[in-house]
Amino acid sequence: MARKDTITINGDEFSFNEGETILQIANRNGIDIPTLCYMKGLNPTGACRICVVEVKGARNLVPSCATPAMNNMVVETESERVIKSRKLNIELLLASGRHNCITCEKNGDCRLQDLAYRYKVETVRFPESETRYETETNALIIRDFSRCILCGRCVQVCNEVQVNRAISYGYRGSASKIVAVGDLPLNESDCVFCGECVQACPVGALTENPSRFQGRPWEVEKVQTTCPYCGVGCQMNLHIKDNKVIKITGTEDVAPNFASLCVKGRFGYDFINKPERLTVPLIKEAGSLKNASWDDALSLTAKRLVDIKSKYGPDSIGIFSSAKITNEENYIAQKFARAVIGTNNVDHCARLCHASTVAGLAAAFGSGAMTNSVADIEKSKLILVTGSNTTEAHPVISSYIKRAVESGSAKLIVVDPRRIPLTKFATLWLRQNLGTDVAWANGMMHVIISEALYDSNYVKDRTEGFEELKKTVEKYDPAFVSKITGISADDIIKAARMYANSRPASIFFAMGITQHSTGTDNVKSMANLAMLCGNVGVPGGGVNPLRGQNNVQGACDLGALPNVFSGYQPVGDPAVREKMEKAWGVNGLPETSGLTITEMVKGAQDGKLKALYIIGENPLVSDPDINHVEQGLKNLELLVVQDIFLSDTAKIADIVLPSASFAEKDGTFTNTERKVQLVRKAIDPPGKAKQDWEIICELSNRMGYAMEYTDSKAIMEEMNSVTPSYAGISYSRLENGGLHWPCPAPDHPGTPILHVGTFTRGLGQFHAIEYIPPAEVTDEDYPLYLTTGRVLYHFHTRTMTMQSEGLNELSPECFVEISPQDAADYNIKQGDLLRVHSRRGEIQAMARVSDQAIKGTIFIPFHFAKAAANRLTNPALDPIAKIPEFKVCAIRIEKV
Amino acid sequence: MDHKCIDKILEKYGHQESSIIAILQDLQEEENYLPENDLAYISENLPIPLTRIYRIATFYNAFNLTPRGKYPVSVCMGTACHVRGAPMVFDRVRLELGIDIGGVTEDGLFSLETVNCLGACALGPIVVIGKEYHGNMTPAKVESTIKKYRKRIAKEK
Repeated sequence: MARKDTITINGDEFSFNEGETILQIANRNGIDIPTLCYMKGLNPTGACRICVVEVKGARNLVPSCATPAMNNMVVETESERVIKSRKLNIELLLASGRHNCITCEKNGDCRLQDLAYRYKVETVRFPESETRYETETNALIIRDFSRCILCGRCVQVCNEVQVNRAISYGYRGSASKIVAVGDLPLNESDCVFCGECVQACPVGALTENPSRFQGRPWEVEKVQTTCPYCGVGCQMNLHIKDNKVIKITGTEDVAPNFASLCVKGRFGYDFINKPERLTVPLIKEAGSLKNASWDDALSLTAKRLVDIKSKYGPDSIGIFSSAKITNEENYIAQKFARAVIGTNNVDHCARLCHASTVAGLAAAFGSGAMTNSVADIEKSKLILVTGSNTTEAHPVISSYIKRAVESGSAKLIVVDPRRIPLTKFATLWLRQNLGTDVAWANGMMHVIISEALYDSNYVKDRTEGFEELKKTVEKYDPAFVSKITGISADDIIKAARMYANSRPASIFFAMGITQHSTGTDNVKSMANLAMLCGNVGVPGGGVNPLRGQNNVQGACDLGALPNVFSGYQPVGDPAVREKMEKAWGVNGLPETSGLTITEMVKGAQDGKLKALYIIGENPLVSDPDINHVEQGLKNLELLVVQDIFLSDTAKIADIVLPSASFAEKDGTFTNTERKVQLVRKAIDPPGKAKQDWEIICELSNRMGYAMEYTDSKAIMEEMNSVTPSYAGISYSRLENGGLHWPCPAPDHPGTPILHVGTFTRGLGQFHAIEYIPPAEVTDEDYPLYLTTGRVLYHFHTRTMTMQSEGLNELSPECFVEISPQDAADYNIKQGDLLRVHSRRGEIQAMARVSDQAIKGTIFIPFHFAKAAANRLTNPALDPIAKIPEFKVCAIRIEKV
Repeated sequence: MDHKCIDKILEKYGHQESSIIAILQDLQEEENYLPENDLAYISENLPIPLTRIYRIATFYNAFNLTPRGKYPVSVCMGTACHVRGAPMVFDRVRLELGIDIGGVTEDGLFSLETVNCLGACALGPIVVIGKEYHGNMTPAKVESTIKKYRKRIAKEK
């Protein structure tokens, strides 16, 4: 074996791998070379010249970040020459602009200040250069150009990490400036306010506006926790001063986000500290909600529930658990429903988002969750994204996808009717008609099978049902599919060949696939496609549903579903019931599946359901056909709402119970990739608000069933004992990073990839599926289609995001996105007020004419209660998953 | 510019990202400046991030992001021209046109900029109007030279 190459740094010899830079070797061996512009993991720019070192024999000092080591190199990192050069550079940086530390937000956390201190730069020999550019301020980010040292870290993270490509260098020489396109202010540019640049800025040039003058770096305590918005599960540090969250930053070096966040995660925390938070229980008296004591509120709730149960039976009561609360709390909620009330009527909002995923993937694979991990995106050769506006709904995952495309490691196919931002990165963009997903998937499989591009060994060894599938897709030739979907036959063939010939290939989808009356069929079609090409159970492959809520995966896992206990153990299985009865010390757990959310609302309308206990959900905005939901809720004898704000639903409740937000509780969330991560209490809840599990336990105690846990950890321990897939997960293990379930034992490493070697159900099941049109199609009266979705700056019913001034400024109100062609046909201009009618209701909103929309289909975000898109949507249900068809309905529009 | 014309330019350079400077030069040749919409179209169809185009377009003095006059006037301020009185020539041009650096005359005919050297020092001071070079300029000759262009334009009309 050849002797390994070595390098000598400060007199010590080190071996190295080819391509390693001097800086990397030094870092690895504990030698501290100061840096300023260097970003770990990105291409070094060598811009700041702070990391220069002396290399024996070299004429000039070399930047250690950008210089690869060579054999027998002799390096000095703190020689006289090096120090002199660093001092000069620091002086020059300090002279460029106005580096006044007194009120700078970065004082105490500034790399330039650190360097000046380290190298004892007390005076600057050069005159301060004039600052050419005015400080720019918007609600979220302050850009102080007088402090900018043009190191380029912000440009690098914007372009190479988040791949938002909003800023770059502009002009040159002494006029150089970091600019957005057109040198526009950020809030008029393509910037999406992820704030990655702010976190990367080593000095005070970029700072968070809402955090200004709120606290100095050394006054705050930082607590790492899990983001409360979407399902990516970003790890973030809450900066706490005086029991108040004053800033949020992404946690460095920790999966899945490695310091990245999106605008909601970084800036959407105002809700935590708002005076509008519920601080005491409320009881409705004579038509209005009045403050009450916990004792009164809980006793009354207990009494009413007991009365209703004895009068109408346990199945007259329903519980909406929540995808926003912790795993422990979901476990307690479903235990309360089953063991205390005695009903399986427990469900949560997954019914409205991924019920079809759980049903479809369970049927195909035996397990209804994301098959692969987020990190696996880097291993994919091809990524197919459909029905997911990833950059707006799961921004940090979208960065993984964009990076994979930019680095050339993967190609991207986007199948989406809207020109979503990801289409800019796509090799191929298929623009299908709404609700025709089964057809294009069948079309691709037709091509793959007829051209024999499928993985025949995988199909033979690992799956069943192939012959039926083959027979069914036979008639879906590209010409036939083209007629249904509106996608050209050529593109279907191209997509099929690309998908089949690039392995491993992964599929990512979200609501655009699931929220259909054929949602389960759509999901099964994705499973078919993936299995056909041998892409399930392999690194970089998989069928990956992106979950929309921080803990929607966990709420499903811990049994907040009407048909299963925690760990998807069926309520219909006597052995499982017996196990639970023993663990919980009860008899006669209900054996038939309970009602789903949509069925409970229907039950309320019909008078079969008498009481509803809603935790952290807002069905008066989020559910389809709100007009009917409202009737149903008003029809109830008892409506209890447990929330952090007086939501639209809470306003009509009989009893309102104030709960703690994510920042005020301990527990765990399970993110979209099945990774269980810690939530850590950073501050105390406002007023008398309590953690959700505490409220339910106290209620249970009053109803005669003792639930006594010292803390959330004790609940986790009970979960371990009755939930095989969570059996090995403990808080002490999670302290060192999250764990992917299934994790059946304390020494099990977790399972980042499902179905390796064998499917959970044994063989993968192909489903032969015929295309069925959407439940409502356009006609003369309602000639246009409506599809609904999210925008980047808001989350769900805006209970949390509407509390943020910055987010409201960036996305103030509802809009109707309409294609330029339709706008011309209806003589509609940008900003015109439109009235939109469906068979179920009408709303008004401003027109936004945009080529993101396709002719014949308008898009309305569903966040805004004032112009709630769900007054229009169709409550037609998928027959299996009972998920409503949010994504397609027929409407007509007119100018107001 | 018509998208078809931009497509032709992109075609000419084989949609090569590395040819972006030549592409921008061709666009400016046609349009006299770099219209924002056209840059967005190039960004989408080359494809290349718009921020990168903007970085290049602002780096080089030769690119203009705002419309220039039909006859851009460039006064050379290089060393050789300078010692032969370029600043006085420049002042006179400014007076004659009634605009400052970066400005465009109200009729849209002329715009004013300075350059640092045109590499024809023997002819200095030099003023370039449109594509024509006017050497050995003096303040006294400025008025008549610009008048020539005004006449020419009037004739064309």
